[in-house]
Amino acid sequence: MKSVRSAKRHWYHYLWLYSLFFFAAGFFNILFAWLGLVSFLLPLVFAFGFGTKGFCNRYCDRGQFLRMFGGQLGLSRGGSMPAWMKGKPFRYAFMVFFFAMFGNIIYTTWLIAHGAGSLSEVVTILWSVRVPWQWAYAGGVEPWVASFAFQLYSLMLTSEIIALATMLWFRPRSWCVYCPMGTLTQLVCKRKASSEEKMQEGDFAK
Amino acid sequence: MDSKRIAVPDRSACAACGSCMDVCPRKAISVFRGSYAVVDDRRCVGCGMCSRVCPAGVILMEVRP
Repeated sequence: MKSVRSAKRHWYHYLWLYSLFFFAAGFFNILFAWLGLVSFLLPLVFAFGFGTKGFCNRYCDRGQFLRMFGGQLGLSRGGSMPAWMKGKPFRYAFMVFFFAMFGNIIYTTWLIAHGAGSLSEVVTILWSVRVPWQWAYAGGVEPWVASFAFQLYSLMLTSEIIALATMLWFRPRSWCVYCPMGTLTQLVCKRKASSEEKMQEGDFAK
Repeated sequence: MDSKRIAVPDRSACAACGSCMDVCPRKAISVFRGSYAVVDDRRCVGCGMCSRVCPAGVILMEVRP
């Protein structure tokens, strides 16, 4: 794909470095995976707090990574996404599936915290391939803390692989179309915008 | 003088990712309340950069009405 340069460089265009840091740090010390929660919480802060997708629009490290490598460095083939992939049924289904998986992580962590499960030092890629990752954990924390880190890193790495695959094949930021956090925050923003509109209409009616 | 073409985003299919906003050299396109992209038709010069970068391909370049 012909590379598309942004109109003007801003500091947030370099946030792709944070993506590299996250995965590199988690490779050597799995506890860094807890930082992944930032990517879950910040979009919600923007959506619930300000009613915007400011995180997606500017500050998402993955979005910037895909823009940088797919767009600026031209690694993207730039094909069109199939209609089903950008349609609402798939976007909502993927969001539900992704958050179900996240819920499963929390449930497993809860079980381990209550002594009902054991810590496995593996990173599971694409919810199926278990890769031994024991070098990244030297002990020193509660088993549930380490378990959550291993599982969250698995989820982040899995979604990164999917994002990179569609970046290469389709347009750079094609992940953003079906990103579960993006879909969720768009729903929150739409709901917020329509309820504020109704309130304003109510004010005018008074 | 107005350009011949103008960007027209499909609001219902837009994922509000902001890729278009990032590349627009005229700041003519923005994401409205985190919901969808909107174009300021007075600023848009019809260059088509937003249309090329939109990951969902839902910004069409149309002849200005």
